[in-house]
Amino acid sequence: MNQSWAIEASGLVKTYGEHKAVAGVDLRVATGSIFALLGPNGAGKTTTVRLLATLLRPDGGTASIDGFDIVREQREVRRRISLTGQYVALDELQTGEENLRMIGRLGGLSGVQAKRRATELLERFDLVGAAKRNVATYSGGMRRRLDLASGLVGQPSIIFLDEPTTGLDPRSRQTMWRIITDLVGSGVTVFLTTQYLEEADRLADRIAVIDRGHVVADGTAAELKRQVAGQRLDLTLSDALTFDEIVRRLGSRIVLSDTERLMIGIETDGSATQIRRLLDEIDPTGEAVRRFDVHTATLDDVFLALTGRATGSQHVQETANV
Amino acid sequence: MSEIAATHTLTTETTRSTSSIGQAFVMTARGLRLTSRKLDAMITAIVLPIILMLMFVYLFGGAIQTGTDYVTYVVPGVLLLCAGFGASTTAVSVSEDLHGGIIDRFRSLDIGGLPVLTGQVAASVARNIVSTVLVFGVAFLIGFRPDADALGWLEASGILLLFILAMSWFSAAIGLLAKSAEAANGFTFFVMFLPYASSAFVPINTMPSWLQGFAHHQPVTPITEAIRGLLLGTPVGDNAWIALLWCGGIILASLVLCAALYRRRTA
Repeated sequence: MNQSWAIEASGLVKTYGEHKAVAGVDLRVATGSIFALLGPNGAGKTTTVRLLATLLRPDGGTASIDGFDIVREQREVRRRISLTGQYVALDELQTGEENLRMIGRLGGLSGVQAKRRATELLERFDLVGAAKRNVATYSGGMRRRLDLASGLVGQPSIIFLDEPTTGLDPRSRQTMWRIITDLVGSGVTVFLTTQYLEEADRLADRIAVIDRGHVVADGTAAELKRQVAGQRLDLTLSDALTFDEIVRRLGSRIVLSDTERLMIGIETDGSATQIRRLLDEIDPTGEAVRRFDVHTATLDDVFLALTGRATGSQHVQETANV
Repeated sequence: MSEIAATHTLTTETTRSTSSIGQAFVMTARGLRLTSRKLDAMITAIVLPIILMLMFVYLFGGAIQTGTDYVTYVVPGVLLLCAGFGASTTAVSVSEDLHGGIIDRFRSLDIGGLPVLTGQVAASVARNIVSTVLVFGVAFLIGFRPDADALGWLEASGILLLFILAMSWFSAAIGLLAKSAEAANGFTFFVMFLPYASSAFVPINTMPSWLQGFAHHQPVTPITEAIRGLLLGTPVGDNAWIALLWCGGIILASLVLCAALYRRRTA
């Protein structure tokens, strides 16, 4: 049986003046899966999502949603998708319920259907208590939930979430993660963007890393982390003399060294056995290492490994002028 | 989640082919709801014209010679000032919609520019009918005594309504053109000053001659004259037709402008 693709993009390009915000993106997302587009600010995540969601017109390349072309069959595409952006797309001066009912009516539901749908969604997203309050009084987490709920009014089969948890407190983030995981239960496809490797790791079946408008790597979370040696053992050494000696002795095994803080980092799989062995090997007398820390790979590490430089929007600014 | 499965069967019952007219109704209801909750804007739209009218009648009125009771002379002008200013706030609402996230939501629901703008314009018309009635009420209290028959009232109301509609659509176009809500707000001041250079508050022959040409030929003058004539039962002349032409022309031009701008702004 052929694999069915909810989203396929090939060579997508979007240019603003001289700057290529999206510079030839290729993607394939399987129906019913969660896909994460991972990258720092300015990498082209939002532009990619807006292209796929038909809110921007590509300057090159093609893409299809459930087999429908995003340019030629815009209407068909829009019927199947919803986009929840970084900024809440709701009326502050309407209540949560009014917003949802309005969107239901605009999507073609009757008044009764729209009311029923709004009630269902408010219950599901734990917003019943706030249903009759203006959105202006909602917390950040509540707004995101209502925003996501309003994207579901029209029962889309593909849901785009642009940085769904940026700016949320840890508890709201956990709630959002649970909601996103629940979504996929019934064959819905989720395409999300994020700056957090942890988030992509927790949620996504597959991850693509985007940098300067290019997809620089893709695979499962495990595959990506293998490329960056998942974890690192950071050792703070007792003095400069020891530091120099150990740096010389370990040579290329050192993946990180910080003279100022007397710190070195080496690869590890994170297991107790291996860490004990490494410590014994590096510091047989027990006097050279003052502290140790097992560091889990972050987006920065993935980035460093894939592109040879750290994340940061200043790099993107530079390329804009090239 | 079983709930999702249940709601997915709902999809088949929905037609999802709402007409533009149906959408425009939903958007109008939205506009009215938002308007009724922007209390500060509503109060400004009502209090400002009333203060202006009191100011004109009691502060300047004694010094302005119009040949009639000044309150009677000035009410049509205040009505237009009120309607124009009230309608011009449409530019701000449209600009806010366009630069907020909500426009993306509407676009992904495949809602065109016309329903979005119609909602704002309809809300503006409703808002201004309320404030116009209030201004009339205050005018009566301070001695405005029109001398019009039922037909005169009907015609005057019709022209006023058309003027509100014209200014609302024009403001919607300005709202699409403005780069930000603040810029759109600047437009409301321009509209507010338009009646000053017309026959709304003082007879045009008291103005310097270089201004008279503009004052005679700008839309507010024939519209003021038409409403004044109809309410006071004095001869209206060609003013009613010229007023209708101006309003109709502004509405048509604004609609064309709106269609083009909306497409460009959301491309």
